[in-house]
Formats: sequence, structure tokens, C-alpha cells
Amino acid sequence: MNNVKNLKTLIVKKPLILDCGKIINNYPIAYETYGTLNDRKDNAILIFHALTGDQFASGINPITNKKGWWSFLIGPKKGIDTNKYFVICANVLGGCMGSYGPSSVDTKNDKRLDTNFPIITINDMVNAQYNLLDFFKIDKLFSVVGGSMGGMQVLQFISNFPDKAKTAIPIACTASHSAQNIAFNELGRQAIMADANWKDGNYSKLNLSPNKGLSVARMAAHITYLSKNGLQEKFGRKLQERDSLKFGFDADFQIESYLRYQGSIFVDRFDANSYLYITRAMDYFDLTSQFKGNLSKAFEKSKTKFFIISFTSDWLYPTSENKEIVIALNACGADVRFTEIKCDKGHDSFLLDVPDFLDTIKKFLNISYLKK
Amino acid sequence: MKKEFKIIANLIEDQTRVLDIGCGDGTLMKFLEENKNVDARGLEISKNKVQNCIGKGLTVIEGNAEKDLQQFPNTSFDYAILSQTLQAFYNPEKVINDLLRVSKKAIVTIPNFGYWKIRLKLLIEGTMPVTKNLPDEWYNTPNLHMCTIKDFYNFTKKRGIKITQSLAVHNERATIITETNRGIKNLTADLGIFLIEKNNES
Repeated sequence: MNNVKNLKTLIVKKPLILDCGKIINNYPIAYETYGTLNDRKDNAILIFHALTGDQFASGINPITNKKGWWSFLIGPKKGIDTNKYFVICANVLGGCMGSYGPSSVDTKNDKRLDTNFPIITINDMVNAQYNLLDFFKIDKLFSVVGGSMGGMQVLQFISNFPDKAKTAIPIACTASHSAQNIAFNELGRQAIMADANWKDGNYSKLNLSPNKGLSVARMAAHITYLSKNGLQEKFGRKLQERDSLKFGFDADFQIESYLRYQGSIFVDRFDANSYLYITRAMDYFDLTSQFKGNLSKAFEKSKTKFFIISFTSDWLYPTSENKEIVIALNACGADVRFTEIKCDKGHDSFLLDVPDFLDTIKKFLNISYLKK
Repeated sequence: MKKEFKIIANLIEDQTRVLDIGCGDGTLMKFLEENKNVDARGLEISKNKVQNCIGKGLTVIEGNAEKDLQQFPNTSFDYAILSQTLQAFYNPEKVINDLLRVSKKAIVTIPNFGYWKIRLKLLIEGTMPVTKNLPDEWYNTPNLHMCTIKDFYNFTKKRGIKITQSLAVHNERATIITETNRGIKNLTADLGIFLIEKNNES
């Protein structure tokens, strides 16, 4: 995060009234694109990232030097074929990869905003990213696609802009963050805030980082992204580089070592305050209540072709919650498809190379692009 | 394409909304979209088939008719199609009720257990009949509620359901079933096709 430079950034001049009531303007939205926008401007796909994602959905992420988080899905001849489609992905509002967030610097005093950054919502994220359509002079996107929090943004996008996307693919998500979802996010936030280095969010000004808290938050969250069977199959009770238990609190088990590693690499690329703000935005997400308990109302004005996808082993955003969206869409006669992909890798399945998943997205997009 | 699908297609008016329950690989849906200009939706239980259909550009939802029909509002379709699956449900009566709730009309096809070859097999061999249309053994058949054309008639009569068209199919040839020939059609047809709707008087 400290070397966030030379990123493609759109400075949004138009004021945005946030759900919390505050108004922001002249704020940056960092984005990346893949493929080429055609002359008709009808081949653009906007990708929304999940909680800890960023704009580097494909290619090589210049900050981490690792492959983009959806690189197996997005690229030449891949599920989302960048030889055909123009893919745009932006860092969300509140993020730490160049978009306006708690790590942005306040021009008034040259200090990081940190907890002076306003509370943002999924709705705010979507409204901020909508400016990219104006920037690229795209009247209508071919598709909006996202998993998990990205899926929530897809739903909010269609609700806010019913005629701005020909197709929509919300994946492994929900229309209303459940008590369990909120509970896990609160656990993560409390871990960060309990770290003595958090300093009420002012760690950066003091040259500190709440790495322990943030890594515990990541470890806890990571467990929710996997399935019990997946964990058992991969790790079981296997020991970590040792033949027997050591009767101490070192990482005896491989699963412990794995989680510690996941936590430790996460703190290098993610800002603790961003984690607080973005999880809060997820918790506040309740599209159903935005429409007074009738989710169908969110979609009734839209002619978008929906493709809802869930995964069999996802217990964080289970099929039942994805089906709620399907039911609401059917209730208003919307154009909706739905499938549950068989995969034992839990919520994380949408970030993995699952052939049925990639294949079905590819076919759906390609046939929909041909149809008027 | 199966002759049965062509017969079903002939019962459907152009530019209507159709729900194909158990749409399989989407053959009938595609035919209806291309030839009848209908707005076709499908419900299918097999993941593979659902993903196949979606790949063909069809609007299909993965689901089970016994649980997932309830999500559709009343009369959201002009026709609901149920091709040779009624007998496989735990509660066929509930499915029929749901069909006639979500749709103005329903087309139901049934493998006729009254067909003479089936009767003969049971009579002569004394074992559960295995035929071309019903290829499974008693211990692995998905069919829980087999019925005959006559049974279906009696059922609709009891439940106040109006049959507006009924066809007997044998060797892929369809003939109309009437009051007078019903008994013989129940013996000679291997498939029955019915266009039904709620009896408004009841």
C-alpha cells in the first residue's frame, strides 16, 4: 500500500452524496482494464471485486507481483475472453489500492484520513464506480460480474442503474448480509481494534501497523471461505515439519501453519482501516430493506439478463441465500438463470479454477453477446 | 426431436409465456423459441443439463418442481409443460395444483400404464413391466406414481380440472381421445398428452 503509484486513476469531480450524508468530490477511483473497447462500445464488462480484492483482476498485480485474483477467468480465450471483451475493474471506495479510502491523504493537513474517512456502503461503492462509464463514454455495459461482495455490488448496480447492463452475473453472494456474516466481520474488526498498534486508527501516523490484529482477522475470515471437507482433505491432522506433537503452542499442525502464513502475507498488501471500512459496508448491505422488504422491487425496472451462480459447499453465502435473489427475480418476471456449481472448496470456489464454473460463464457470455 | 415435443408444440399458441418443467437439454424450449416465438423458461434438476441449456442461451433455473414452483407468482405463464415426469414426483397432485396456479394452462404427458403390452407383461410374466418407454427395473425406477390414461381422466374429474385436449400417442402417431374411444385408447396408446386448465365453474 505504501508504494501505490503509477496506477490508472480517475479523479471524479462530480460530487457524490454518501449514504451517511457526507458529500465527497475530487476523489480518486483506481482502475485497471484488459482487452479493447470496440467502436460500438458494446463489449465492456465491469468486474466488481470482493472484500480483499483490487483492480488487478487479471494479468500480474504490480504491487504483489502475483497473478490477478481472477486471472484464470479473465484473459485471452478465457471464460471472460479479453480478445472479445473490454474488462474494467476498479478498486472499491474505501479500498487501499489507489481509490479513495482511509489511507488516502487529506489535502488539508497532508495526513492520512484514517478514521476521518466517512463510513461508506455498497451503494456508495457502486455509485462511485459508475463514473467509469462516463469516463469511457460507455452507454451500456455488456455485463456486470462479481463474486461475494462483488456480487452484492452487481445487485446494487442493477438496482441503481436498471438499463445500464445487458447481462449481470452475481456469484456466491446475498441480497442481505446475515447475522452470521455480520458476526464474522465483527470478529475481524475486533481483532484489529484489539491490537495495541491500532491506536484508534492512527497507526500509520505513528509508524505502527496493527499486523497481529489484521492477520488474526484474516485467519478467522479465511476459515469461513473454506469448507470443512476441503480443510479435512487438504490438511487433516497432518503435522507441520515435525514427526510428533511438541507439547507447546507453536504451529504443530499444518492447518495452523497455513493460517498463520495466510495472515502474515495479507498484512503486506492490505490496510487495517480499509478492512474495517469495507467489512462495515458489507454488513450494512441489505438490498431487501432498501425496498421495504420486497427485493423484487429492486429489479422490476430492469430488462437485464441475470445469471445467478452459487456453490454447493459455500456456507458463508449459501445456495439458499443466492436462491432468494432468484425467487425475487422470478417474482417480478425478470430474465433469470440459476445454477449451483458442484465444488467442495467452500466460498473460495469462486476464486478457484473450477471448470464447470468457468465454462458456464464463458458460454453464457458468448451466446448473450450474439443475441440482440 | 421427439414426436412428443412436436405434438406439444402444436398445442401452444405463438408469442406466449411458457414454463418447461424438467426441460432436460432444452430441445423443446429451443424449438418453441425458434418456431413459436414464445418466451420460454425452464426448470431442471440436473446441474449438467442446466449449464448446458444456459450455454445454449436458454433461460433455465436449477431446481426441483416440488419445491421450486412456489417461487413463481400466480398465472405468470400461459403454458406450463410437464413431459413424462408427473409419475416421478412424491406428490403429483400438489405439482398439478402448482402448475395450474403458476400457469393458465398446463400440458401434461404421461407414459400410459394401461398400454396393452404393459398389461400383458404383468399378466403373463407376473413381473413389473419393463418397456421401451419405461426401461427401469422396479428397484431403480424413478417412477413412483404410474397411472393410466383412464386414471388421469378420473383424477381430473375428481379435482375439477378441465381437459381441453387429450391425445393418445402410439408409435409416434397421435390421435384424439374422445368419450367413446377412451377405453380402447387406454389399451393401445403408450403415451397420453393432455392440455388442462382449471375448471372455472368449480
